[in-house]
Amino acid sequence: MASAFEYAPAPESRGIVDIAPSYGLFIDGEFVEAADGKVFKTVSPSTEEVLSEVAQAGEADVDRAVKAARKAFGKWSALPGSERAKYLFRIARIIQERSRELAVLETLDNGKPIKETRDADLPLVAAHFFYYAGWADKLEHAGFGPNAKPLGVAGQVIPWNFPLLMLAWKIAPALATGNTVVLKPAETTPLSALFFADICRQAGLPKGVVNILPGYGDAGAALVAHPDVNKVAFTGSTAVGKEIARTVAGTHKKVTLELGGKGANIVFDDAPIDQAVEGIVNGIFFNQGQVCCAGSRLLVQESIQDELLDSLKRRLSTLRLGDPLDKNTDIGAINSEEQLSRITSLVEQGEAEGAERWSPACEIPTSGYWFAPTLFTNVTQAHRIARDEIFGPVLSVLTFRTPDEAVAKANNTPYGLSAGIWTEKGSRILAVAGKLRAGVVWSNTFNKFDPTSPFGGYKESGFGREGGRHGLEAYLAPSSPEGER
Amino acid sequence: MSTADKNDKTERAERLSVFKTYKLYVGGKFPRSESGRVYEVTDAKGNWLANVPLSSRKDARDAVVAARKAFGAWSGATAYNRGQILYRIAEMLEGRREQYVREVADAEGLSPAKAKSNTAKAAAQVDAAIDRWVWYAGWTDKIAQVVGGGNPVAGPFFNLSSPEPTGVVAVLAPQESSFLGLVSVVAPVIATGNTAIVVASEKSPLPALSLGEVLATSDLPGGVVNILSGRTAEIATPLAAHQDVNAIDLAGADDVLAKELEIAAADNLKRVLRPQPVDYTATPGIDRMTAFLETKTVWHPTGSLGASGSSY
Repeated sequence: MASAFEYAPAPESRGIVDIAPSYGLFIDGEFVEAADGKVFKTVSPSTEEVLSEVAQAGEADVDRAVKAARKAFGKWSALPGSERAKYLFRIARIIQERSRELAVLETLDNGKPIKETRDADLPLVAAHFFYYAGWADKLEHAGFGPNAKPLGVAGQVIPWNFPLLMLAWKIAPALATGNTVVLKPAETTPLSALFFADICRQAGLPKGVVNILPGYGDAGAALVAHPDVNKVAFTGSTAVGKEIARTVAGTHKKVTLELGGKGANIVFDDAPIDQAVEGIVNGIFFNQGQVCCAGSRLLVQESIQDELLDSLKRRLSTLRLGDPLDKNTDIGAINSEEQLSRITSLVEQGEAEGAERWSPACEIPTSGYWFAPTLFTNVTQAHRIARDEIFGPVLSVLTFRTPDEAVAKANNTPYGLSAGIWTEKGSRILAVAGKLRAGVVWSNTFNKFDPTSPFGGYKESGFGREGGRHGLEAYLAPSSPEGER
Repeated sequence: MSTADKNDKTERAERLSVFKTYKLYVGGKFPRSESGRVYEVTDAKGNWLANVPLSSRKDARDAVVAARKAFGAWSGATAYNRGQILYRIAEMLEGRREQYVREVADAEGLSPAKAKSNTAKAAAQVDAAIDRWVWYAGWTDKIAQVVGGGNPVAGPFFNLSSPEPTGVVAVLAPQESSFLGLVSVVAPVIATGNTAIVVASEKSPLPALSLGEVLATSDLPGGVVNILSGRTAEIATPLAAHQDVNAIDLAGADDVLAKELEIAAADNLKRVLRPQPVDYTATPGIDRMTAFLETKTVWHPTGSLGASGSSY
């Protein structure tokens, strides 16, 4: 659709961030090479430019990092909570000070629009550190007993979709409760975690309290399996989550898993259509749909299907796909070639199974990994695009006639992470929200996050909650009146 | 039925006591095992007490179906109503206290050698078990206030977290504490709105099977608690692997079995409560309830509807 006025390019300067040609692993307060000297390259998904060469952690490095974290644990856990709090407050402040630099870095390494790193990721990252900083000296009031103790060394494995935000979700509560950390960022997005290592240095955090090990799945597996790790936290795919659950079976490791989702976004016939459309767009096209709680299944009440789809298509035609550093970009690059091919193959399967594919007219850049916002109609519950997590900008549209049918269809998935409800009727919101088997229900809104608000899934979307008072539980051994543990 | 009866050589020795055929408790009914098998249960001295059903995998699957069917109504019942029913269980148990004292004494080798002091010990266990139902009856309408609540998010949103039952829970009852241990693991599961499939202590299943009779007359809807007797490992294996079981309490599994079951449970990411040393006579914490609760967080805008600028 041609518009009267074109947008002029509005690129954010990348000059604000200095990316070194190479980075080491961050162990015991130092940047070091991998034991076997291995390195890998991290590229910008929007241009395929090599950003840096990063040391690749192996089993020996995991062992070294866990030892450093163990050594640091005694002193760190013995610090008065008020002192630990001050370290976390320092970190939060430094993140705020460097947020523009980090936003640009994250956009370069991940491919997501600067609009999102600047306005969503970074403010939330700082907010998480602030929130958990305040818990560090109030743990006896958190409801886990008067003597709730840290567990020890936390092994944390995070995904590439929100690299720095997932780091914050993992590290902030771990440190607040007195644990020490070995964190493995994803292989496609290691840079912001390495910059975070530098923030730890600036904050004067004691050596070994935070260790960062860029690497692949093998390093993550070694970390999860390490006998001296007391707590495993993972965000990622359900398949890997199941593998982790098997690995820790029979041990005393505490585990939390934030896994996949196939969120239903339910629109009733009395919903405010314009707001619902914005919510649908935000639900599935935020972060290129690479969000575990994305509203990837749109359930529309049959009577308003045509009207809603017309509005939705019109809105999708205004989305701007392109340079993630441009401040007017809505849709950035897909994180990796591998992810792009996964999305492509699932979408092809959707077409092959008879669903109807639609995308707005949109120019795709010639280099980098891109996928146009895509919508499928004529989708049934049996279609793979209605069952599998695509983790890309692909929306499957299904219909329903009654609230009961909407609930049944929404719950017809092994996942249970998120859901959306759009209706003007309050009692319907509360009734439907009560019946949905999902950890987060957004009504008349979508994809909202806050450090005070617990987040996590039912069923195969994993166990445990992150955020809020609930998020502390994952890192504490309660002082049980039964005298156990 | 008990050895005490059989050793009774008083003037009424002529009367033959009536044995009870112990049966499973599934879906509110008392079926025999589908397999037609039984095994012999003896007291601590090896005296025969009863033949009890040796449940099969099919019995386990039937119990899951019954528990799933009961879940909607039970989890949807008001917390007040659930509390009333749990208290009713205590009432019914109190009336049959003597029977349970005898069964626990037999099961746990507390009779007949030092009959008096051992009966006192068994009685203490039964009293504690009855009191435990009362304790959990009081929790049903309080746990949500303790572990849920409003979240002060930085934005114009109403944001509320509430605990919800995780679903169908397989409970492997502790092997040693045949009644107090059993009640201690079953009550928290159903207090929070879950439904349960309970695998009774393998060696001492009689108090568990008798509990079914009490539950059946306590207004507890059929299927909320289902009780199976048999080989723990044999019944637990299909339960741990069952795709329609949401959680498993491994209290009654040894370390080897527990690990095996935890691996099987990973297949649909069941919530797992690992075995741990527990003193069942102590006041329980809330861990056994929270282990089988999910947290649901609901967001809603307050007033402002965002970019559109419209409002309430």
